[in-house]
Amino acid sequence: MTQTGAQRKPVEKLYSEGGMDYLVTRQKKFVLVYLPLMAFTFILLFPFYWMTITTFKSNDDIYDYERNSPFWVWNPTLANIKKLLFDTSYPEWLWNTMLVAASSTFISLFASVLAAYAVERLRFKGSRWVGLSIYAAYLVPPSILFIPLATMVFNLGLFDTRWALILTYPTFLIPFCTWLLMGYFKSIPYELEECALIDGATRLQILLKVVLPLAVPGLISAGIFAFTLSWNEFIYALTFVASSENKTVPVGVLTELVDGDVYHWGSLMAGALFGSLPVAVLYSFFVEYYVAGMTGAVKE
Amino acid sequence: MLPAASILLVFLTYPLGLGLWLGLTDTKIGRPGVFIGLANYESLFKDSVFWLSVFNTIGYTAFASLFKFFLGLLLALLLNQNIALKSFMRAILLLPWIVPTTLSAIAFWWMYDSQFSIISWVLVKAGLIATNINFLGDSWNARISVVVANIWRGIPFVAISLLAGLQTISPTLYEAATIDGATPWQCFRHITYPLLTPIIAIVMTFSVLFTFTDFQLIYVLTRGGPVNATHLMATLSFQRAIPGGQLAEGAAIAMAMVPFLAAAILISFFGLQRRAWQQGSKD
Repeated sequence: MTQTGAQRKPVEKLYSEGGMDYLVTRQKKFVLVYLPLMAFTFILLFPFYWMTITTFKSNDDIYDYERNSPFWVWNPTLANIKKLLFDTSYPEWLWNTMLVAASSTFISLFASVLAAYAVERLRFKGSRWVGLSIYAAYLVPPSILFIPLATMVFNLGLFDTRWALILTYPTFLIPFCTWLLMGYFKSIPYELEECALIDGATRLQILLKVVLPLAVPGLISAGIFAFTLSWNEFIYALTFVASSENKTVPVGVLTELVDGDVYHWGSLMAGALFGSLPVAVLYSFFVEYYVAGMTGAVKE
Repeated sequence: MLPAASILLVFLTYPLGLGLWLGLTDTKIGRPGVFIGLANYESLFKDSVFWLSVFNTIGYTAFASLFKFFLGLLLALLLNQNIALKSFMRAILLLPWIVPTTLSAIAFWWMYDSQFSIISWVLVKAGLIATNINFLGDSWNARISVVVANIWRGIPFVAISLLAGLQTISPTLYEAATIDGATPWQCFRHITYPLLTPIIAIVMTFSVLFTFTDFQLIYVLTRGGPVNATHLMATLSFQRAIPGGQLAEGAAIAMAMVPFLAAAILISFFGLQRRAWQQGSKD
């Protein structure tokens, strides 16, 4: 689809050597590049900053902007965090989210590896169409599917269990992971597999010993992506789970911490912060894979 | 192949069909429905709240996508310059996209608070406004507020994807153009833009799809209020189906989104085809 530039080598390296930079003066560059960039950084990161400092503010400081500047924590306190961890089911939600995200990621990766390999290499009749329909499946949004899925979940007796989420999350994870892995498998040369075939390896052995080790970066990208996607999922978790002990973090924070008209902003922000941290930390370790996964999925 | 195919068939294709079927029945929670033909769609057709949600969804998608595109492109162009701490910048700017939407939406909710909004406070202190802005209480304010929050979340995705596209464009093209006396704008218009079009088309299709079917942000910030002013089709469908118990009606609303989505996909698909044809490719 995107032959134009996608096949060429990245030219980042050339840029880092300066390129045509000498044509621009330092002052001009400051105004045209760094200033707008700082504005973007400020706007994109401010909500996180605000979330973080509200977490550590005492209730008096949260609602009083006049005595102290609201942009800094003057009397740091852990009360909000303590309340969150000990007076609510927050640790339970965190555990649920982790469990659901990990299992659905595992299921999806397993299914996607087999599917991607089959579509890409077994070359059965109509494999191209299967590939396309997997792509089409990726474009079906959860907000269309949640009502029929809710009735199914109910009829299967899975309503209000973690299984409801573990089994439904792969609907949006598998198409994505398969699509991503197909791109990776495509880049592995045929010759390697032919050699293995001549040496008497079975298809399964080829997949396990030749293809998978070479596709590790792809597996990591797909895994990280699937994990964050299922961590962030909201509408299924909101619809399929009702009791507090089965909720995931995004749903729990919103439905249980907001009681009545009084919003406890301190603990709400703490809940948001601690729900975001695990994905943010995971992401920070695998930024390159994440970006590769994101742009790879778009480019294919 | 089998595991993926079976999961997808059971949990994706079947629900799609089931959704279509539910839309044609009068199912309620706890009561199986009977086939009633297009009655749900007929009643929706006369339902002013439904039409309001269609209007809102289209407006929301149009404005949010437009701004996401321009700001994202701008950010991508900035990041493509030779700057200090480039990969670090790229990493932290992606954060809004990584963090669960619900949770960042809660942060926005707090920033949009009617009494303690930090945005209002700064503007009042700066002397720009006299009283606090009622961000989520007034129809138009609420609409603008949710669009802004959506743009905030969407910019990183657009920017990083377009940045990946920009990095595949050879700098020699710009060098040649500059020697020929091209201005930066001409460089952008005649080199960057044409070479980036395929990626722009794909990224924007994704962006439009996800904005059109957005649910979380609205559900957290306004739940469709005030007086249905910010209901999108997805939130209305949820509202009618789950708390309201009218599963069939909700399914019908959800199905009503499909033609719009199909149109968006087809437009970008044919746009790409034409582009490929112009460039003499055969695929």
